Amino acid sequence: MTTSDDKTTLYTVSSSPHAHSGASAACLMFDVIVALMPALLAAVYFFGFDAIRLVAVCVASCVGAEALCRKAMGRPVKTALVDLSAVVTGLLLAFNLPPSLPSWMAVLGSVFAIGIAKQAFGGLGYNPFNPALAGRAFLLISFTGRMTAWHAARLPERWSFGGLTADALTGATPLGMVKEAVRAGDPLPVAMDGATTVRFLLGDMGGCIGEVSALALIVGGLYLLYRRCITWHVPVCYLGTAAVFSAIHWMVDPAAAMPPHFHLLTGGLMLGAWFMATDMVTTPVTTRGLIVFGIGCGVLTMTIRIVAGGIYPEGVSFAILLMNAITPLINRATRPRLFGQRRKA
Amino acid sequence: MKTITAPYKIKGGVHPAYRKELAREQAIRTMPVPSLLRVSMAQHLGAPAKPLVKKGDTVLRGQRIGEPAGFISASVHASVSGTVKAVGPAPTASGAMAMAVDIEPDGNDTWLEQLTPQPNWSALDAKTLTGIVAEAGVAGMGGAGFPTNVKLSPPPDKPIDTLIVNGAECEPYLTADERLMRERPEQVWTGIAILRHILGAKIVRVAIEDNKPDAIRAMKKAMADAEGDVALVVLPASYPQGAEKQQIYGITGRETPSGGLPMDVGCLVENVGTCLAVQDAVVNGRPLTERVTTVTGDPVAEPGNVLNRIGTPYADLIAFCGGLRGSVAKVISGGPMMGFAQGSLDGATAKTTSGLLALAPGQAPVYESLACISCGRCVQACPMGLLPCELSQALEAEDYDLADAFHVMDCIECGCCAYVCPARRPLVQHMRTGKARIALKRREAMQKK
Repeated sequence: MTTSDDKTTLYTVSSSPHAHSGASAACLMFDVIVALMPALLAAVYFFGFDAIRLVAVCVASCVGAEALCRKAMGRPVKTALVDLSAVVTGLLLAFNLPPSLPSWMAVLGSVFAIGIAKQAFGGLGYNPFNPALAGRAFLLISFTGRMTAWHAARLPERWSFGGLTADALTGATPLGMVKEAVRAGDPLPVAMDGATTVRFLLGDMGGCIGEVSALALIVGGLYLLYRRCITWHVPVCYLGTAAVFSAIHWMVDPAAAMPPHFHLLTGGLMLGAWFMATDMVTTPVTTRGLIVFGIGCGVLTMTIRIVAGGIYPEGVSFAILLMNAITPLINRATRPRLFGQRRKA
Repeated sequence: MKTITAPYKIKGGVHPAYRKELAREQAIRTMPVPSLLRVSMAQHLGAPAKPLVKKGDTVLRGQRIGEPAGFISASVHASVSGTVKAVGPAPTASGAMAMAVDIEPDGNDTWLEQLTPQPNWSALDAKTLTGIVAEAGVAGMGGAGFPTNVKLSPPPDKPIDTLIVNGAECEPYLTADERLMRERPEQVWTGIAILRHILGAKIVRVAIEDNKPDAIRAMKKAMADAEGDVALVVLPASYPQGAEKQQIYGITGRETPSGGLPMDVGCLVENVGTCLAVQDAVVNGRPLTERVTTVTGDPVAEPGNVLNRIGTPYADLIAFCGGLRGSVAKVISGGPMMGFAQGSLDGATAKTTSGLLALAPGQAPVYESLACISCGRCVQACPMGLLPCELSQALEAEDYDLADAFHVMDCIECGCCAYVCPARRPLVQHMRTGKARIALKRREAMQKK
């Protein structure tokens, strides 16, 4: 009984809803890139050409690896590149590298991050681990010496091409110096007076290129919050737990412990809490899950930094990677209460 | 009578662009009877009605042409007097096939005086009044089309103490209910009073979103002299405030149990259009043969709210509103969040057709199955507390048992998840497919026993 009329116009038929908020993965990734710009500027300011070199190498090799992997797997290349996730991975990996790292190692780390940690699992959305952190962990295990060779962030040398002198390479990160002193039973080498706190807040210390400036990272993180790319749960729970953990340690053992603001401002904590532990793909989807994830990251980070007796002074990367591993379990355990399912009396 | 704000906050939800300005200020216009009406036997939830006429029969307006074919079913009436030109299968708004009766109007529009008008309805008992509602073929006009008389006959162990009248109209673009409340508040209130009388409900709540101040004012005036525990509830404007379970919770704090009905928590929700239909049936003795449909969208030349005979072809409805301009990507029966996309204008209005919406190409989103990026936005948006991301992955893997264990059957298909998804996954489509497959599996399992 349907009328057959040659002039009948046909319209698109699809399931509801017929409206969309306009959000897209590319928009989200673009916002993350924008949010990383203050930290990138700080990196260039403190580490000069090395920062530019590492960022350029990592972004280029991540995008290149992404394209090659998609091509090799016979999957659409363009859709994978336009979501900008490879650019974000490249930026974050570069931010997690020491300034003196040779470029070929950065290329290797990028290829591992994209090829093994991301595309081997099926690409964006399927990777269980944060690709940038997996890349960093791979480099750290493979080239421990070069990955922990620091030079203090001092401006004049950085702005002279190839100006790395042997002296400059001896600088260590504040976390490394403290750990070393505690192991040796020496007095604590860093005093967190006002001037030092401001210096650390701005980023004037040894470390990976993108992690040193807490201020720039906080500005970027607030931008992500403002754009609703992330929620407050992970950064607040992560930083809060780390602060509480270190405060207790500091009160119990003031001779061998650093105050909470030392821990918050040094190492990769700010970078991790705002940009790595908030990676959507590898973190829980439930609100309670995000809280658990943040607290877990905080506990693990401080455990590695303080409790574990090993020589490794920093715990952010491995803490987040470990929490990535149990994200599916966290999701399972923190499901929201179904509407209409009776609350337990 | 008092005015309150919703005391409980519903979980999740979204804020889509409302676009109500297109039709909001257009007063209801009565459309002339078109040259042919196609009255479907499946305008309500439940079993389609059984046709009572055949080709060549003459019918009068209000004559019953379809009888209920089960407990959950409803009568269907001729919406015009004329000749039956055909009886046969035709697609409904959702695309399913159902029997329909084509009527060619005779131009006289003669009523069959079948029901006795009952202006003194308060003297009648609940059973008699429910019978009138059933005979008039009233079914929920908000969109779901649940037969109203079935709702009005709860089992004795499920007493209903609260009658909620849904004037939220949270679907973007639609303004039919708002116009009814603004133009016919007294009749709407009479319908509410009849329902209250039938149910013996102590509490009456009329719920309207705060973005409809004119409707709130008009209803307040109509309800001013109401006695007892009657309140106008001002809801915050967000989607889906009009979803039944969410609305009950927002107003009473009661959660309809998973798999249950509003009567399980002593509530009954009726749309304002349904209240008007009840009033027309009882007070005027008129079966449901017409309704107000919002014809809207940017491509529509003259958007508006059109009182049309049930069975009016979409093409005639659009033509009455000046036709379509420019290119059109989608035509939707209902609103953009839960409406049904139509392949052409061949369909016709039903008791549930609250709107006919045309969208230009840039306005109709394209959903693609990109990988879920686990952003969790759907989890935040879901008013039912589901994990749409996880459900859709289980359904893509055709793991229906897992999806069932994850409560896919509780999905109300409101569309909030798909609306916010940055990977633009067709989440509602996944849920619908899964629900249909699981329902089929359950039926097969029952038959085996």
